[in-house]
Amino acid sequence: MTKKLALAAAALSILGLSAMPAAAEGTLKLAYVDPLSGGGASIGQIGLNQLRFIAERINAKGGVNGEKLEVVPFDNEVNPQKSLVQVQKAIDQGIRIIIQGNGSSVAVAIEDFLRKYNERNPDKNVIHLNYAAIDPILTNEKCSYWHFAWDAAVNIKLEALTNYLKGQKDLKKVYLIDQDYSFGHSVADTAVKMLKEKRPDVQIVGNEFHPLVKVTDFSPYVAKIKASGADTVITGNWGQDLALLIKAAADAGLKVKWYTFYAGGAGGPTAVKQAGLADQVFQITEGINNIDYKPAQETIRAYMEAYPKEPVYYPRLFNLTGMLFEAIEEAKSDDPAKFAPKLEGMKYKTFSSGDEGFMRADDHQFFQPLYISTLEPVDTKTEFDEENTGWGWKEVAQVPVKDTITETTCKMKRPK
Amino acid sequence: MFEIVFISTLNGILYGMLLFLMASGLTVIFSMMGVLNFAHAGFYMLGAFFGFEISRRVGFWPGLVIAPLLVGLIGMAVERYGLRRVHRHGHVAELLFTFGLTYVIQQAVEMVWGKLPVDYEVPRSLDFPAFTVFGTEYPAFKMFELLISVAIFLVLLLVIKRTRIGLVVQAALSHPGMVAMLGHNVDRVFMLVFGVGVALAAVAGVIAGPALVTQSNMAGLLGPILFVVVVVGGLGSLGGAFIASLLIGLLQTFAVASNASLADLFGSSASAGALQTYLSDIWNVTVAQVAPILPYLLLVLILIFRPRGLMGTRET
Repeated sequence: MTKKLALAAAALSILGLSAMPAAAEGTLKLAYVDPLSGGGASIGQIGLNQLRFIAERINAKGGVNGEKLEVVPFDNEVNPQKSLVQVQKAIDQGIRIIIQGNGSSVAVAIEDFLRKYNERNPDKNVIHLNYAAIDPILTNEKCSYWHFAWDAAVNIKLEALTNYLKGQKDLKKVYLIDQDYSFGHSVADTAVKMLKEKRPDVQIVGNEFHPLVKVTDFSPYVAKIKASGADTVITGNWGQDLALLIKAAADAGLKVKWYTFYAGGAGGPTAVKQAGLADQVFQITEGINNIDYKPAQETIRAYMEAYPKEPVYYPRLFNLTGMLFEAIEEAKSDDPAKFAPKLEGMKYKTFSSGDEGFMRADDHQFFQPLYISTLEPVDTKTEFDEENTGWGWKEVAQVPVKDTITETTCKMKRPK
Repeated sequence: MFEIVFISTLNGILYGMLLFLMASGLTVIFSMMGVLNFAHAGFYMLGAFFGFEISRRVGFWPGLVIAPLLVGLIGMAVERYGLRRVHRHGHVAELLFTFGLTYVIQQAVEMVWGKLPVDYEVPRSLDFPAFTVFGTEYPAFKMFELLISVAIFLVLLLVIKRTRIGLVVQAALSHPGMVAMLGHNVDRVFMLVFGVGVALAAVAGVIAGPALVTQSNMAGLLGPILFVVVVVGGLGSLGGAFIASLLIGLLQTFAVASNASLADLFGSSASAGALQTYLSDIWNVTVAQVAPILPYLLLVLILIFRPRGLMGTRET
């Protein structure tokens, strides 16, 4: 069957006609382009699990507009070049919705690629739904009509975080340590700028960069943090760079508060628990398990039963798919050209708490309440633990949507 | 100043010994068999996961003994039924074989333990700070790491240099025909050597697992640093690997401690302006930022100026 279709497609394209979409009637295919092998596989696999979980539930209820969902995974190994090949492959299969998240470099490449593709193919648009890449460039200098972002960009997270830190009286000396690449630098630069504005009394005692995923021994870095006399560390580190840093700090007996973007990422909670740093590691995210909101908790419970080995998920992926399906149903079409306008400006009750967020039409950035939370052993008030560690996230503060709004330089070019 | 030097030296030695622990098995197999075992990191990972699995059932200490034995047995089987057949086709075939093996091990580990890190903990009996200097604690587990590393070095050195076994093994590499003629089973010698080398990798895994992150991509993340140790030390030289580990550990640790950049060095000189324009890309880069790259720079320099390494006995 596939062979025949491929032959037919080849024949048609030779005749100068566009290849027929291979999607069978009645299925809506979603391409998931993320790392599924290599170093980033653990993160990419979680997103795939979650999308499949969502698709199964929606299909059980009859699908979207009567169409059954099908998630088609494409492994990009967090490599921009490979990602473009995979996106092209997805398009060749007739898929017009690309869901991608990990790696801002990947997201920028796909955003550029689809901008050009959509200009050349105005009657056959493809849309890019980004659930995790947070380099501000995506929704500012390089913003595109065909790109929508659901995770809060670096500047938004730091806006929210510094708004929270404004009120923290014991904050005196801050140390910044980040991975030496565009994302790490944007975290450091933005944090320095915002702290200077909001807390001019706070001293920035260190601004360190280390190579990405190449450091095995963080004890010399910890020694420097210790020598600087810092009481707080802000870091954008993720994966093993965060896990090893935190473990080395605990080994050396360093007592500081850690404000992180990704302590909740795959492996983070395990490392924090091993380090024994209860109530010292904070994260800023769009949601945590332990928010008293029934609909979310029911879904989380079902999810953890479905994936007991990898009980981690991204609330933003629930927001993304929820809004996508709403837009498709409103537009009564799965054609991106028809449903993209419905996404613009859409208001949506977020997955984690039911509080309302909105998709800003100016830059296609989703604004939502953000949560600052800390990891500690679960007690009577917190139900869910992370990665089967017995430790769970507890809410420290909710940053309301209005305290997360940042300006954008995006000049959106809309198709005529 | 003294504080920084002292702490950096201590951290450097600890890191260097961890490197040696991880590289010892690689050196043994290379120096005794002439095989560059690309699957070394894979066996290291197997050791960590076996150690984790055993430690959560019967405890860390049995794991430290049983896991390396199991992995050593797997290694011997690999040598007996895989490597030995490939050996006939020369070194390239051996390299490719071990290279492929890393992928097999990685997939197997992912299938059994998943892709998320597992909660492999430091044993209770070693989970306390051994001592405190300048307000920095040093955990007992790190000291244990250091002791094991030194012990492995001494035992290996003794066995290779001072015992008949070492003599036979060394002779088997250069004169296999003669050794066989003398009544030794050369094939079995190689199988045992491979088993021991792989078991050493597993020992490193069992010990580094709780200290670092035990995850299905840990083999990949360990990366090429071990090859740097072996090449800088001199291919096949145990003493060389020991010294190279320490050297790399200290080099990297001291580099991280330094905040100097070209701007600091030449910033006040007369030609600062011109220099800054020419070197704008690296003008403000600190030594600390490039620290983890320094071992690779060292590798390049060694390969250019002393291809057989610090203490190597042969060129390849």
